[in-house]
Amino acid sequence: MAKEHWATQGDDRRAQVLRARTLNRVLSHYRLEAQAWGAGTLVLRDRKGGTAVVDDLTALWVQAERFVGDRLDPLDPALLDTLSS
Amino acid sequence: MRTPVVLVTGFLGSGKTTLISRLLERPELGETAVIVNELGEVGIDHHLLRRVDERTVLLSSGCVCCVLRGDLSDELRDLLNRRDAGDIPHFRRVVIETTGVAEPAPIVHTLLTDPLLPYHYSLAAVVATVDGQHGVRGHEAVQQIAAADTLVVTKADVAEPAAMHVLERELERLNPTAQTVRAAFGEVDPSLVLTPSGNDVRDLPILDGHVHPDAVHAVTLTLDRAVDWTAFGIWLTMLLHARGTEILRVKGLLDTGADGPLLVNCVQHAVHPPEHLDEWPDDVRRSRLVLIGRGLDRSTLERSLRAFAGG
Repeated sequence: MAKEHWATQGDDRRAQVLRARTLNRVLSHYRLEAQAWGAGTLVLRDRKGGTAVVDDLTALWVQAERFVGDRLDPLDPALLDTLSS
Repeated sequence: MRTPVVLVTGFLGSGKTTLISRLLERPELGETAVIVNELGEVGIDHHLLRRVDERTVLLSSGCVCCVLRGDLSDELRDLLNRRDAGDIPHFRRVVIETTGVAEPAPIVHTLLTDPLLPYHYSLAAVVATVDGQHGVRGHEAVQQIAAADTLVVTKADVAEPAAMHVLERELERLNPTAQTVRAAFGEVDPSLVLTPSGNDVRDLPILDGHVHPDAVHAVTLTLDRAVDWTAFGIWLTMLLHARGTEILRVKGLLDTGADGPLLVNCVQHAVHPPEHLDEWPDDVRRSRLVLIGRGLDRSTLERSLRAFAGG
């Protein structure tokens, strides 16, 4: 079920857009942006013109780290401060 | 209907083969296909026995726990084809016996993410045997214990009762979500090992994990308000990506605002499809998530989960 990622299984278009919006709360901390492309697929962009299409959230974190050049850690206090503000 | 797969793991000499041999003698274990790495002394006269050579396929992510077991994928597909063609006797269950040093995550990953297997097989339970005489040995044993739904403490006939008690306390610390049973000569109630029979995470105490930072321990996260499922999925995928080698297991019940809870269960990066339960067993709708791993800090994890998903 490689394509049916557990976190996006059964999503409709509205859920995909909502996911991208929620995701962008996190990605904006790293100056990245995601856009829903349908069926779990997302387009990820950085501010230097880099663009990548990813099939699921797991692939998204791999690509996001490539863009940022560092580990993206959900326990990072700076990120948590951004999300809480 | 998907064919259930029971994964039997356990360190070298911990009694896997004895356990499987005894189980296969039981009438309720009839029509079982058994996949092993080594042709040992499994008593399988009236069962299908297949041997595989461990072969791993590294995925593009490069994560060491996300390798696929190509040998198991091929073997399980071949079993399906042969059963459908009538070339082999019908089987209604598969038991996989791993080697003593096998890490369970790649096997779970294979069963959950192979393009074909999840449509035909379901991972019914992970069972880990632990040597009641010699205790927990090797880091593979710790991973096997963390992945288990049921822990079978073997050699109960020869192990010292006091040592068994100490071992059971250690197992409770390593994996409080698993049910622990004792076995002498491999004798256990089959119902305890054929179905996911772990403990209800809501019955567990709040675990802070105040042990040595390098030691594997469990922490419990509790949330009083409903969790945003979309944001939870983003949090968990990011957490497993960033900390996947430190987190061996995640298991819990989540209140996502629906009538019943959502059951979440992961073995390292291998995530079972979340399961919606019809209703809460009682009036308390509190989310509870148990994480097992190294260097886990409950307050940081809880703060992070709340910042992402509310609750």
